[in-house]
Amino acid sequence: MRVTSKTVTPTGLAPRGRHSRFTEDHWESPCAAEHNESSRRTSSRLVRAEWHETFRFTGTVADTTAAVANEALGWAGQPLLSAHGVSKSFPGVKALDGVDFELRGGEVHALVGENGAGKSTLMKVLGGVYQPDGGHIELDSQRIELHGTLEAQQHGISVIHQEFFLMPHLTVAQNIFVGREPSYGPHFLLDERQLNRKAEELIARLQVPIDPRVQVGDLTVAAQQMVEIAKALSFESRVLIMDEPTAALTDTEVDTLFRLIADFVTPVTGVVYVSHRMEEISRISDRITVMRDGEHVATREAAEITIPEVIQLMVGREVISDVRPEPREESNEVVLEVKGLSTASLVKDVSFTLRRGEVLGFAGLMGAGRTEVARAIVGADPRSAGRVVVNGDEVTIRNPADAVRHGIGYLSEDRRKYGLILDHTITANIALASVDRLTNRFGFVRERPAKAMAEKYRVALRIKTPSITQRAKNLSGGNQQKVVLAKWLARDCEILIFDEPTRGIDVGAKDEIYRLLKELTAAGKALIVISSEMEEILRVADRIAVMCDGRLVETIANAGATREKIMECATQFAVTATQGES
Amino acid sequence: MTAIALTRVDSDRVLALRSHARQSVQQLLVFATLAVLLLVFSFASPYFMTFSNVSSLLMATAVTGIQALGLTFVIATGGIDLTPGLGMALCSVLTGVFLVTFGLPIWLGVPLGILIGTLIGFVNGLLIARLRMQPMIATLAMMLVCQGLALVFSGASPIYLSEIQGFEAIARGTLVFSIPNAVTIFFVAAIIAAVLLNKSILGRYAISMGSNEAATRISGIDVRKWKILVYMLAGTFTGLSGVVMAARLNSAQPATGAGYEMYAIAAVVIGGTSLRGGRANILGTVVGALIISTINNGLQILSIPDQFQKVVLGVVVLVAVFIDIARRGKADHD
Repeated sequence: MRVTSKTVTPTGLAPRGRHSRFTEDHWESPCAAEHNESSRRTSSRLVRAEWHETFRFTGTVADTTAAVANEALGWAGQPLLSAHGVSKSFPGVKALDGVDFELRGGEVHALVGENGAGKSTLMKVLGGVYQPDGGHIELDSQRIELHGTLEAQQHGISVIHQEFFLMPHLTVAQNIFVGREPSYGPHFLLDERQLNRKAEELIARLQVPIDPRVQVGDLTVAAQQMVEIAKALSFESRVLIMDEPTAALTDTEVDTLFRLIADFVTPVTGVVYVSHRMEEISRISDRITVMRDGEHVATREAAEITIPEVIQLMVGREVISDVRPEPREESNEVVLEVKGLSTASLVKDVSFTLRRGEVLGFAGLMGAGRTEVARAIVGADPRSAGRVVVNGDEVTIRNPADAVRHGIGYLSEDRRKYGLILDHTITANIALASVDRLTNRFGFVRERPAKAMAEKYRVALRIKTPSITQRAKNLSGGNQQKVVLAKWLARDCEILIFDEPTRGIDVGAKDEIYRLLKELTAAGKALIVISSEMEEILRVADRIAVMCDGRLVETIANAGATREKIMECATQFAVTATQGES
Repeated sequence: MTAIALTRVDSDRVLALRSHARQSVQQLLVFATLAVLLLVFSFASPYFMTFSNVSSLLMATAVTGIQALGLTFVIATGGIDLTPGLGMALCSVLTGVFLVTFGLPIWLGVPLGILIGTLIGFVNGLLIARLRMQPMIATLAMMLVCQGLALVFSGASPIYLSEIQGFEAIARGTLVFSIPNAVTIFFVAAIIAAVLLNKSILGRYAISMGSNEAATRISGIDVRKWKILVYMLAGTFTGLSGVVMAARLNSAQPATGAGYEMYAIAAVVIGGTSLRGGRANILGTVVGALIISTINNGLQILSIPDQFQKVVLGVVVLVAVFIDIARRGKADHD
């Protein structure tokens, strides 16, 4: 999806389903038009007609005049939204320091950098969430000031945040048009029929099969993401700013998202794409801006830079990425055996074994039931059937406390919600699961051993912090993950279940986590790693259990595993189900 | 690729249907409870199903019910309002003061009395939305303020309204068939509340705020303004209940009202409105109010002492809250 191919092919320019109206022959790329004035003139009428359609799709400037439409051909590559010397400080931190950034019309501009590099802050400045302390923003080369998200949206700038901002109890249509509900007369009595019709039109244009009358809370995470995007597009946005939009999506859903982005981008619109996933960035972006420590490091054409180079710019050092784990001696000691595990809602008859010193990866699409299996094992959710055998003894696990007693620790995918008490110190967090071992005979927590313990793990796990008295919320994602890990290690957990251990963690810190996983297995721990990132699974897991629709489809040894093979297993049920219907 | 997406959506649809089914079952359960109560009391006492008893049962429902209607909006936002009970007392008293002491005509005094309720709601809203106070604490304090003011303005003794021609008719007259006006007012108010909740942006934003306040704010909705409006609406219903109460008793009683807020909350929760916000149901609230007053009335008719009635009602509220928690299910139990 480079600039040139995008502007030449109709895909990026016209709404879907209208392709037959014109062929590539009729279409002139802006570059060609510059060189050939006459051909530009001959095609201008057609272009104008098509532009009106395009504008209606993106809704850019719905009532754009023909003159503007004529201009549009030369628009691609013009600055659309830009930041000029933007600075932003928070108490104690300079988040942005004189950053320049430019989004051109017709491009997908990836914004990358380690956590704390300032990309989120920049994104929020561009989206009107924050007002810059210094510097300014320009839209179409005109200086603008944004005092809030609504104002940004009125300027056609929409931000899709990492956490969704949806109302689970409202329907898809109600969510998309919240605050702009069609109404009878003054904005008070709702016209629900028109609301649903508008939502249906929008969703049909996006070609996402979602029923606008369904409550958002009943949708899958991926579908909710699509609703967020539909909402952003409904604002007639010209600039979409996406923060880690694929964090909760599986590979197939990412494809759908990318198609939406491709459809959205025209010479007068653009996308700022913030992500940690290098593979996606190289697939989707036209230009890449790298940030580090609140400063702009470099902006390059995506075609002219390789992923290792980008990563090098991000971290400022070279990262060696070994793709597969070294084959290790197979231990025969089974530490965990799960037989016929089922839950009422999703998981069906899941059985597997976990051996000492190995990493068992759980792969699958979002909603395949991987997290649910983990939660059922540790008793966070009720089981409807199934047995859990730890070290040869069948155990009863009714709640996470039972699980910990049997040496099973679960590191949730949602660190902030289940993993940490953000306002507490690192020491308190690490000691939390072991408090009963740290109390004196009067039941008071003894501070010194708790601190000694925290200090031990800070060193062992290389938790980067000035002091163990820091609050957990001040740590980066990777270091927070280490604190959660330390908590379970302190509790002598032999079996550790990692659910998306590197979600929202930057590249350098990811390597750290992978190294830690290796050290843990070397120390004889047994690990389960649930991950939506194929590279990650292939990199860390000795065996890979692939789930689909609540069932464990197959367990593959790493040596025999390929992306294709895993994908095949992961989509097995979904595909056959559809074939059966059609 | 789309194949997978489609199966997803099919499962979405199943999910949606399931949640709708769950809600309908819930609705049926509420109606069934009322039906069973009516049956049981009819068999238990020959006096229960008489015209005069049903009429007074409905009269009693009106006051609690009107308060519960406004409270439904507040609870939909995830908030709570404890002022209906003693706010009602204050509105009754001030209506009495307007009519008797100031000698205002009914067409002026009664709307003013109702507006006092709106004012209470406005203060509640300011405290909660502007000063970010906890709704529970803010309205608890306001409840005491209302109680005190009711005593101050009435001189701690009832204001008798029998002198005021036509005032009693507000509750006891019969404009439609032989239904007491209080009941008619309740049902009309319920229809208005249902339209506001389901068909107006006030209701939509109330549910939206209760569902996800941050998301509502980021969608460009002035959360503070709408929250204040929601509390003002609840206060208006409180004011209306105050007038109806005064008309029913033909006097403004400064010492009544304590505990009414619990009945109103119970009616709302029994009706299927979630205490966590995001889900609200006016029809449910109406039936919930009927259930509460049926229990009260039935136990009275069976000559069960007042103390036990309170125990039974307390247990009913606990059961309703338990059902509310169970109904939320796994989805958001964290």
